[in-house]
Amino acid sequence: MSPLWHLTLARFREFYREPAALFWVYGFPLILAFSLGLAFSEKAVPASNVDVMIDPLNSDATESLRAKLANDPGVKVAVHDEATCRKRLRTAKTDVIVVPRAESEGGHEYLFDATRSESVLARNAADRALLRAAHPPTVPPVETPQTEPGGRYIDFLIPGLLGMNLLGGGLFGVGFAVGDMRVRKLLKRFQATPMRRTDFMLSLMLSRLVFTLIDIALLLGFAYLVFGVRVRGNPVVFAVLVVTGGACFAGIGLLLGSRARTMETIAGLVNAVMLPMYVLSGVFFSASRFPDGMQWFVQALPLTALNDGLRAVMNDGANWEALGRPLLVLSLWGTICFALALRFFRWR
Amino acid sequence: MTLAIRVRGLVKTYPARPPVEAVRGLDLEVGVGECFGLLGPNGAGKTTTLEIIEGLLDATAGEVEVLGLKWGANDIEIRSKIGISLQETRLSDKLTVRETVTLFRSFYATGLTPDEAIARVSLEEKSNSYVDKLSGGQRQRLAVATALVGDPELLFLDEPTTGLDPQSRRQLWDVIRAIKERGRTVVVTTHYMDEAERLCDRVAVIDHGKVIALGTPCELIARVGGEHVIDLDIDPASGVRPFAADLAAIPTVNSVREEGDRVTLTASEPHRALPALLDLVRAAGVKIAGLTTRTATLEDVFVILTGRHLRDAE
Repeated sequence: MSPLWHLTLARFREFYREPAALFWVYGFPLILAFSLGLAFSEKAVPASNVDVMIDPLNSDATESLRAKLANDPGVKVAVHDEATCRKRLRTAKTDVIVVPRAESEGGHEYLFDATRSESVLARNAADRALLRAAHPPTVPPVETPQTEPGGRYIDFLIPGLLGMNLLGGGLFGVGFAVGDMRVRKLLKRFQATPMRRTDFMLSLMLSRLVFTLIDIALLLGFAYLVFGVRVRGNPVVFAVLVVTGGACFAGIGLLLGSRARTMETIAGLVNAVMLPMYVLSGVFFSASRFPDGMQWFVQALPLTALNDGLRAVMNDGANWEALGRPLLVLSLWGTICFALALRFFRWR
Repeated sequence: MTLAIRVRGLVKTYPARPPVEAVRGLDLEVGVGECFGLLGPNGAGKTTTLEIIEGLLDATAGEVEVLGLKWGANDIEIRSKIGISLQETRLSDKLTVRETVTLFRSFYATGLTPDEAIARVSLEEKSNSYVDKLSGGQRQRLAVATALVGDPELLFLDEPTTGLDPQSRRQLWDVIRAIKERGRTVVVTTHYMDEAERLCDRVAVIDHGKVIALGTPCELIARVGGEHVIDLDIDPASGVRPFAADLAAIPTVNSVREEGDRVTLTASEPHRALPALLDLVRAAGVKIAGLTTRTATLEDVFVILTGRHLRDAE
């Protein structure tokens, strides 16, 4: 009849007897991974959309441009009048407009959006097609496409989603659970028993750990089966990262839930901590995109450290050398938050 | 009398502007084996007092001894010897009755088996039901079971029957009486006077953070002037009213209270007081709408002591 065992068991029972909770914790991340995976699924970069604008006075020029462009497999060509062309470019239906200018020296003009990479690519593709039509090379260079394992977007995304799940699980799982028990005066009721405080805290961490491992296993299995995402590096390093990350976020969750007396306060605190990290810590896109002046902050965030570590192990096949920094950052955050939580914890 | 609880000069002030003095110099002694009632309206300081004794709140000043032990020095020992049912704990909805009691049992080194504790509160049939399927009365009994499962020497029940229907209240009274019969000390807070009269050996009436009366229910009733109460309802249309001084002069009448159209007298000998009262009313020409006599209750004690009713005195 160990209290630690019974407290942990109670957390499990409360959790798996609540089907809605099961869905949000386990089903939702899978749906997210699946839909993002589909949206960014691996296809060769599609042919560039190139519109040729009709020159009403010179239909020969229009037709000649169209024919030259259509010869290139990297270009998907269409012909429209000026108004339609401009509208299609504005709404990204097409990527570049080729305007016949028979009177000019160049013979045509490109209209494109310099801030959109597809548009720049299409301008280059159209230019190459027209150049090759004008000066056909005797022997074109050989082109051999390569696919590096671990280099796809889904490979980038899955470690980020794992990190995000660990963060959400720790913050919501522990912070909300503690807050809810305080609101229900259950903490106060426990305080009135000879229950050891450490047993209670440990039961929260232990149950969280098991939920997390199930969660990670599901997401990883799913990503492997559907997208072929794998852990290419040392699986032990991967496991250490997951457990340390989970423990760190559980510690932060405990701190967020250590004093709040209403669920609204906790929801606010959790979101205030979680949302910035979703954006800054490289879940959906690389954290290195943020300006250099912000990097000291971005790199100090626990989720950034975890995501970098997970990506190194999963995609770059890293070994123990990838563990040091994330382990340090996560342990620091986790230990400090946990210690503060114990110090400030309010039972009533 | 061996003391289960000894409280001396207890003060609890909550920091606020101005500071809230919830308890102001309260003394209390509860003997082993007693069923002791703390009575008083909401906000009188009952729950604060109780929570300080239970070790859930720190006192601002004063001494508290529980089972001869002091908080701060023997916390784990005290906690393992007392059982508590709080006013408004919501136990986990998705645990069954047995799982809940088993969880609480695991906190104590010794105690009842979970099934014994469930049997003491007559919830055997609900052992495997989830907490969210229980009625209010059943939840309260479950709360008492979690308090009993460590086989405590001292049991605290904070308003155990508030909000329950009469039948559930009676069931809970049976549970409490059975605990008392096993020689355990029970401290109950309530604002139901009938509950205190039926259950408690002694009661302390608390108001504004102080004990304003202490004794057995009978003693308290006797102390405020007789066990009998005469309620005289004056016809609202009556132009004349009896003078309080005249009423107080009636033989054996101890107190007079006027509340709207009702005059309430306490009298030690109603057979002498009543004829005199009727004579007085007739002579003064007061029209009366009704006259009843009844045995005094703790409610009357409270009203006489404070001038307010228990339930609406916020």
